Amino acid sequence: MVDYLLILVSTVLVNNFVLVQFLGLCPFMGVSSRLETAMGMSLATTFVLTLASLCSYLTYTYLLEPFGLEFLQTISFILVIAFVVQFTEMVVHKTSPLLHKVLGIFLPLITTNCAVLGVALLNIKKANGFVESILYGFGAAIGFSLVLILFAAMRERITVADVPAPFKGAAIAMISAGIMSLAFMGFTGLVAI
Amino acid sequence: MEILYLAVVILALLALVFGAILGFAAIRFKVDGDPIVDQIDNLLPQTQCGQCGHPGCRPYAEAIANGEAINRCPPGGESTIKNLADLLDLEVIPLDAEHGSEAIRTIAYIREDECIGCTKCIQACPVDAILGAAKQMHTVIVDECTGCDLCVEPCPVDCIDMLPVQVTPASWHWQQPKQLIASSSSPHEHGATEDE
Repeated sequence: MVDYLLILVSTVLVNNFVLVQFLGLCPFMGVSSRLETAMGMSLATTFVLTLASLCSYLTYTYLLEPFGLEFLQTISFILVIAFVVQFTEMVVHKTSPLLHKVLGIFLPLITTNCAVLGVALLNIKKANGFVESILYGFGAAIGFSLVLILFAAMRERITVADVPAPFKGAAIAMISAGIMSLAFMGFTGLVAI
Repeated sequence: MEILYLAVVILALLALVFGAILGFAAIRFKVDGDPIVDQIDNLLPQTQCGQCGHPGCRPYAEAIANGEAINRCPPGGESTIKNLADLLDLEVIPLDAEHGSEAIRTIAYIREDECIGCTKCIQACPVDAILGAAKQMHTVIVDECTGCDLCVEPCPVDCIDMLPVQVTPASWHWQQPKQLIASSSSPHEHGATEDE
């Protein structure tokens, strides 16, 4: 039980995928200009990341490993992720047209979110078990959502703040992302995983 | 060599299974119609006045779904534009003056002793809120009238007035504050003093 809790703390705060491991940076900069969009993106990514983590673990353990085909992991994980994303898009389109309209192009773009492939590959590298894999994916997604929503909220305030002209727009966003990353470095050593 | 065939077979199998599930999902989760049009239509005031240039609120909702500007509905005014902007994740824009300006809500009133019973206003009414028959006096069903002005023009004896809606204790509300939120275009004026 403690192990599971440690995995969550580790992925959400200490080894945060965006700010510490620098994975999934494009949605972090791209979708963070409005808080509502950021929340929609976080929801979609949480769902996809957890499901992709689970599916890729199952594919690896029951399909690739028994036949000694470990070298196929990258390509088959990409296949699994593309499938999960496509499936999610169909379900979201049917059940919540509003969310589908808000997410727009970003939902299919989760396919190329490197955090998703990163989680799948790291699961194998760390030899995580079934429950650990799901928790690892879920924790990574929660960490991603946390920093994305925090960052979007900050950017909404920065747009109305009195920023010096040369730093307006993307420049100040990059700087604040860097400062956030520095802040998250403060969690190093909290848990050793 | 054997492992090569195995790899191809396993990958093909994986692709086949995923393809089958996606194909099934495409049928199972098929989107019928465009639900967003219904949501837009719900936000429009349903006056069916045609001031936006469309024959009614529903066609305008479809046009908005296809990318038309959201600021062409004078009866809905600023609040409708704001609701539409929220729904569609667009910027709030001021009402397009070309299509009319936001006025006080009015309803039609027929001066009954002047009415000659020509039925022309009945034909003009988009919501069937006028009651009457040929050579009989007409009157307006107050609860149904949307105040669209369309019946005023055809009346040959000009006996229709647009009267402002009487404020009752049930419909009275506080005036909305004029400017509460600092606009992003003038950060210097508000930035220091704004709390929120």
